[in-house]
Amino acid sequence: MNMEPRGMESHAETEIAELFDKLRQDLPGAAEVARSREAAFAAFRQNGLPHRRVEDWKYSDLRNRLKSVPAFAAPRDDAAAGAIVAAAGDVYAAVDRYRLVLVDGRFHAGLSDVAALASEGVVVRPLAEALAEDGADLFEVPEIAADNAAIGLNAIFCGDGLVLTIADNTRLSKPVEIVHALSADAAVSTAERVVVKAGAGSEVTLLETFVGGTEGSFANSVSDFRVATGAKLVAARLQTEAAGTTHVGTALVTQDADSAVKLIGAGIGAGFARHQSFVRFNGENSRADLLGITMVRGGQHVDQTLVVDHAVPHCDSRELFKTVVDDDAKGIFQGKIIVRPHAQKTDGQMMTQSLLLSEHADMALKPELEIFADDVQCAHGATSGQIDEDLLFYLRARGIPEAEARTLLVLAFLSEAVEEIGDEVVVEAFEERIRSWLSAKE
Amino acid sequence: MLEIKNLHARIAEDGTEILRGVDLTVKPGEVHAIMGPNGSGKSTLSYILAGKEDYEVTEGDILFNGESILEMAPEERASAGVFLAFQYPIEIPGVATMTFLKSAMNAQRKARGEEELSTPEFMRRVKDKAGELQVTMDMLKRPLNVGFSGGEKKRAEILQMALLEPSLCVLDETDSGLDIDALRVVAEGVNKLRSPERSTVVITHYQRLLDHIVPDVVHVLSKGRIVKTGGKELALELEKNGYAEFVGAAA
Repeated sequence: MNMEPRGMESHAETEIAELFDKLRQDLPGAAEVARSREAAFAAFRQNGLPHRRVEDWKYSDLRNRLKSVPAFAAPRDDAAAGAIVAAAGDVYAAVDRYRLVLVDGRFHAGLSDVAALASEGVVVRPLAEALAEDGADLFEVPEIAADNAAIGLNAIFCGDGLVLTIADNTRLSKPVEIVHALSADAAVSTAERVVVKAGAGSEVTLLETFVGGTEGSFANSVSDFRVATGAKLVAARLQTEAAGTTHVGTALVTQDADSAVKLIGAGIGAGFARHQSFVRFNGENSRADLLGITMVRGGQHVDQTLVVDHAVPHCDSRELFKTVVDDDAKGIFQGKIIVRPHAQKTDGQMMTQSLLLSEHADMALKPELEIFADDVQCAHGATSGQIDEDLLFYLRARGIPEAEARTLLVLAFLSEAVEEIGDEVVVEAFEERIRSWLSAKE
Repeated sequence: MLEIKNLHARIAEDGTEILRGVDLTVKPGEVHAIMGPNGSGKSTLSYILAGKEDYEVTEGDILFNGESILEMAPEERASAGVFLAFQYPIEIPGVATMTFLKSAMNAQRKARGEEELSTPEFMRRVKDKAGELQVTMDMLKRPLNVGFSGGEKKRAEILQMALLEPSLCVLDETDSGLDIDALRVVAEGVNKLRSPERSTVVITHYQRLLDHIVPDVVHVLSKGRIVKTGGKELALELEKNGYAEFVGAAA
């Protein structure tokens, strides 16, 4: 492969190298883990931060965005961490759920329902501990994500996070919220990882919330869902970080046979956000549903990137992504379905739709199918449009004021994706966030 | 109630002149029918009354209860009591019919300084009127007009009208796409709303609707002007002789 010669190292790239030099001795994990960090760091030295000449990052130039990389936060006591979480708000306040709390990338057992989860068959361990015990397996990623620069950067620095091991056939009585809170008083970097091992036949609903942050914060989070045979996993990821934040969030999904995963992402916050999902089918008769609800305005930049790898036959995947773009904001959708040569009877359907609310709103759409098997059903669709003036007039002609009518039509645009969520708790929380987004418009 | 004075209007986008001096006065309690051939400007007139921005009024005025409504937004006109039953009611996937009805009723009440309806009161009103118009609960559970047949859409329009209780009802080709039974249901719904305080403008191509909604006055619109006005017998005459005479006359 011909690599573009690297230009001058950016300020942020220099800072990253210096940070690693300073931290490498103290980062958790045995020799094997240290080796994978060094390998990731070597790749970073080679390629730098991803930029617009790297195809996957064509629309989201992280190198250009990151002018500076803030330091990682020093450890805090539970009281200080709890205050950060409380300040960030609680979208699921009314929901009966277990809570696991990460603040600035560090797990706080004292703020989390570890014992209660243990009694339901879920073992929760801080990632720092698990890295020492389990080794580099925790950093392993599906082939389709192997070269991903953001995951690599996470591996270099990843100091903490969570490992959630759900025993076989466990059905949790209530959802588990994983709070990813960033402090709002000073910018920090994070490199956290959540590894969820859903045992055979288990059923769990995870509510991930990404909250807080301030100007210059750089959150790099990886959630790795390893779903065993017959397991059902719902992961609803709601990102509402502060406007000045740079957010890179990755969801990795690996599915064994007869499993079902529903990955729901709502991206509303952060000034620059890259939400990337990688799904790999390892066993037959599995299904993955990916739903995306993205709303951006002002100067926000949000990128939804996904790759679904049908590596085995007889699996179904459904992707439905809705994006609302207002003001000068920019939305990006890049979705790829890969069907490997022997993955016959694959059924993959991808749809992405965007609604542009202003003249200057911008949306880039890149759906791709790579099909190497001959007996498959795959399709993709992409649309981009504005509010239909005839619909608007109809509502106004019934007395509904223009702003309210527009709100109704944006909700209508999103409704198909909202209905697909299925889980009432998640629907209510997401609708609440959507409405408050809409009513925040001056 | 309604006074249209020398109304000239064109399509905003390309400047095509559609109305060329319409004069019309409708008194409280009256039912006026506006008939005319295709392209005479009937639907344009109804859209302009409701405030659609695709048209530009270049001359003349529309007075509603003595005040000009030309500068009023569609929602302001609606709250003031103007209702347009659309020729082609719009389907809006993702907007639940009940949510829409409640939003519309409460928005109008709010604009008029009235208290919003409680949910039970709202439900009671919808159930009462829906029954009369054979609008089923199943229809009301669907997104607005989605999957409705032509007849169902028109019944749903009249249901909205009954719930919003406007003082001026404008029916744009409400008979189009209706079979004879559906026509009767819709006409009964409209007739039920007739009152000394409420006026109705029925725009139609055919006379048959006027067998059911009997007008006080019939106008013929051709090439953007009212070219003849008469009693209900004028409609029968038109049915017999067609519009040929008027198309020629206005040219």
